[in-house]
Amino acid sequence: MPLGNLESLRYFLPELAITTTILLLIVVHVVGKNRRSPAAALLALVGTGTALLFAWMTPAGEGMGLFEGMVVLDGFAVFFKVLTALATAIVIFMSIDCLELADRTQAEYYVFLLSVLLGMFLLSSATDIVMVYLALELVSIPSYLLAGYLKGKASSTEASMKYVVYGATASGVMIYGFSLLYGMTGSTQISEIGRVLTMGTVPLPALLAAVMVTVGFGYKIAAVPFHMWSPDVYEGAPTPVTAFLSVGPKAAGFAILVRFFYTVFASPGDADGMWKLSSSVDWPFLFAVMSAVTMTVGNLIAINQRNVKRLLAYSSIAHAGYMLMGFVMLSTAGLKAILFYLVVYLFMNLGAFYVVVLVENGSRSEDISHFSGLGRRAPLAAVSMAVFLFALTGIPPFSGFIGKVYLFAEVIHQGVYWLVLVAGINSVISLYYYARILKVMFLEDPTHTGELSVAFVPKVMLAILVVPTLLLGIYWEPVIRIAESSVRILTN
Amino acid sequence: MDFINSHILSLMTFLPLAGAAVILTVPGGRDNLVKTIAAVAAFLPIPLAVQLWFTYDRTVAGVNVASQFQFVEHYSWIPSINVEYFLGADGISMPMIMLTTIISFLAVIGSWNIDKQIKGYMALLLLLETGMMGVFCALDFFLFYVFWEVMLLPMYFLIGIWGGPRREYAAIKFFLYTLLGSILMLIVMLALYFNTTDPETGGHTFNMLHYMQQSTHNGWLQGFDVRILLFLGLFIGFAIKVPLFPFHTWLPDAHVEAPTAISVILAGILLKMGTYGLMRISFPMFPDVTKWFVIPMAILGAINIVYGALCAMAQSDLKKMVAYSSVSHMGFCLLGMAALTPAGMVGAAFQMFSHGMITAMLFFLVGVVYDRAHHRDIDGFGGLAAVVPVYTFFITVAFFASLGLPGFSGFIAEAMIFIGSFGVFRTIVMISASGIIIVAAFHLWALQRVFLGPLNPKYAQLEEINAREIFCLAPLAVMTLILGVYPMPVLNLMNASLIRLVDVVKMVI
Repeated sequence: MPLGNLESLRYFLPELAITTTILLLIVVHVVGKNRRSPAAALLALVGTGTALLFAWMTPAGEGMGLFEGMVVLDGFAVFFKVLTALATAIVIFMSIDCLELADRTQAEYYVFLLSVLLGMFLLSSATDIVMVYLALELVSIPSYLLAGYLKGKASSTEASMKYVVYGATASGVMIYGFSLLYGMTGSTQISEIGRVLTMGTVPLPALLAAVMVTVGFGYKIAAVPFHMWSPDVYEGAPTPVTAFLSVGPKAAGFAILVRFFYTVFASPGDADGMWKLSSSVDWPFLFAVMSAVTMTVGNLIAINQRNVKRLLAYSSIAHAGYMLMGFVMLSTAGLKAILFYLVVYLFMNLGAFYVVVLVENGSRSEDISHFSGLGRRAPLAAVSMAVFLFALTGIPPFSGFIGKVYLFAEVIHQGVYWLVLVAGINSVISLYYYARILKVMFLEDPTHTGELSVAFVPKVMLAILVVPTLLLGIYWEPVIRIAESSVRILTN
Repeated sequence: MDFINSHILSLMTFLPLAGAAVILTVPGGRDNLVKTIAAVAAFLPIPLAVQLWFTYDRTVAGVNVASQFQFVEHYSWIPSINVEYFLGADGISMPMIMLTTIISFLAVIGSWNIDKQIKGYMALLLLLETGMMGVFCALDFFLFYVFWEVMLLPMYFLIGIWGGPRREYAAIKFFLYTLLGSILMLIVMLALYFNTTDPETGGHTFNMLHYMQQSTHNGWLQGFDVRILLFLGLFIGFAIKVPLFPFHTWLPDAHVEAPTAISVILAGILLKMGTYGLMRISFPMFPDVTKWFVIPMAILGAINIVYGALCAMAQSDLKKMVAYSSVSHMGFCLLGMAALTPAGMVGAAFQMFSHGMITAMLFFLVGVVYDRAHHRDIDGFGGLAAVVPVYTFFITVAFFASLGLPGFSGFIAEAMIFIGSFGVFRTIVMISASGIIIVAAFHLWALQRVFLGPLNPKYAQLEEINAREIFCLAPLAVMTLILGVYPMPVLNLMNASLIRLVDVVKMVI
């Protein structure tokens, strides 16, 4: 029985912490004289840290409905809350170091960032389609603002505009799908919708609803063919925002994708750790094709990019494709693989963007040529970048390899060999363009002379991102156990 | 002492890595210190290898019996998916472990004249040694795969940063080719994992030795079609490394562009990983498919021998010639293995060892002349024997060893391979034997053009080979000669295991 509104507040501390911080930030913005003072960033950091801590410590034994069943508190939600809060904290550090943002108003920026975080918390725990919609919009709308935060820069404004148009369309289609579901089942609770669908429905509207909902979620995780916005947005947005969008909202998108489809269109199967389709909609096949297309398109287009941010944008599309492989397997092990992959992806992808920020600070450009000779100009940054890129390619002993092993393993376990072959060939293709950055950094002589100085804090941050990327490639048992237990709770 | 004895393989694997870590802490500018640390780190495994040599029990076979492996270290690594840290040595890996320690150490000495970013160079070289050692010691497939891949990273940078003019192209080509093979291997590995059960725990397993027991396979894995596909996946992965025609095209590029010491390692050790993989993994895990596949393997081997030799003959670049001669010589290994006779198998393994030494000499020697003349065009020299007699002596020894002259280890290996395989596939062996003539031809022809005839006045002042370079060459030359006269020390090391390997493959059906 879900808790009522007042009783729920006790279990809502992480979200409350974020909300409080947002309010304080607005006060700081209004009262503060110096709009560029780092106080806002520190406050945001404290708020995020508190939220992370609260989320980590919430007793999430078994799923507990809050606010009359609007959201649920379970291990799965906690996992994503911790993950997205961690991403946000790293992005805040990145934003402090980013010169591009240095002459902008600070407090507003962090208000938007934390609003997205709040949205992601809600999205990863939403169990009611109204809440899903609200949370998704709470993630999206501040994201539009963040993408266009560099007001003077044309590409930033363009990014924001594109983002809005695509986002509005996608959520419009999605909510149409929701209304179909409501019409068929008479409930907004996803568990109830799932239960009714199991009893047998007309297949066509269910299929239509599934496809429409996919548009909304696919847009959030930037899966092909709903990825069109992402390269332009990623290129135009300030780099820390790009990093944030490629990790945080993508993770939250996966959270709701999994929760929604595994509640509404699938139910726990007879075999242990397996699920079965609860209606005649064969969405796993649909998503399997989507996964193959997503990784292939992302990797192929990335080959020709000269702008590193754009290259990483396409690469992150490809990584969504890899993760979708775990989604279509209808097994606990597949979901576990996604969760694990998201953890390693967080570190390696944010790390790669962090180096982009550092290079950008020195050159004011993201063109690949500005990375030339980085191995000599800034050895630490270059070596870190190499680690992140090797991890993204999936080469041992780095964490990305282990992530891929779990994904590949589950696909092989379920016998979907065509998909694993596609993914394997894609890994090889991806090496080609990641290695282009390596080549420019280490194999070419610097065309831009001068040391690129990296301050102390970014050095520490790089180390904080490199260490897990290395460590999780050598010993990952604890993290995979956490991922496993977080998924198991979803099964109940 | 106890610790050293019980962790000897780990120490041999990770001492170089520790050396690399130490090197990274050395402040810039202290180049000699860096080189010294690297030499020490690469030398330390040698006394351990001597210890292995004297304590290794040559009477037990290993191959597919866990209890017969020696110097075993077996720990749980990731219990939730049963990944183990499992090292051990038998007669298949022992010669390769010995070879790796020697060649790696000589490669460090051979790199003494590198002055560009020496810290990075030496650290990567040592990391490479760790990867190579790990591959030869690992008995857990997952661990094997990790080491296998770890080698790619230093190799990419070593070719790409310190290589010749087309180094970027060569480096990425090498990387992409090998990764393609590795991904196939990864897929096969995971398919094996899910379709075998550990007889002790009942869970899935990455233990290679379990894969070799048919009783651990489930029904799916017993289907012959499936086994063919899995075998081919592995085979392509290993064939790229050997490299077998038609997967060999990365090799000439990588060899020509790589710096001398890296070519030495590439030809001396890395290529052997392909054939080692076939012996260690493909053959004992899929004996039935192996038997079904022997004719294609023998044909591929013959193509390698003849085609590689013909390509070598057509080269005007001395280094490219040596590179193609490796293609030819690795073909012998495959031919000997495909015969599935004790003589053929032992010959193939001995060829791996012997070619490792000979080709290392050849690449060192090519490096010596390139350092002085700054080109490697065979027709650009002439009459060098009059100017550099000592150098000429060494290269003559190496060339004669390489073309299989009796008295050198290469002859023994090739003779054993032919003896072992002649009765099995006559026509193929006869065609392959023509490769020997071509190999002899291009070696002698090159020798004649470079060292004999009228002296090219441009090189009248050519500097003679120096003591450090002789230090790299002499041990290899001496070993090649000794093993050419009396090969038993190495043959004894591997006989038992290879005979068992042949039995394992032959016994099925």
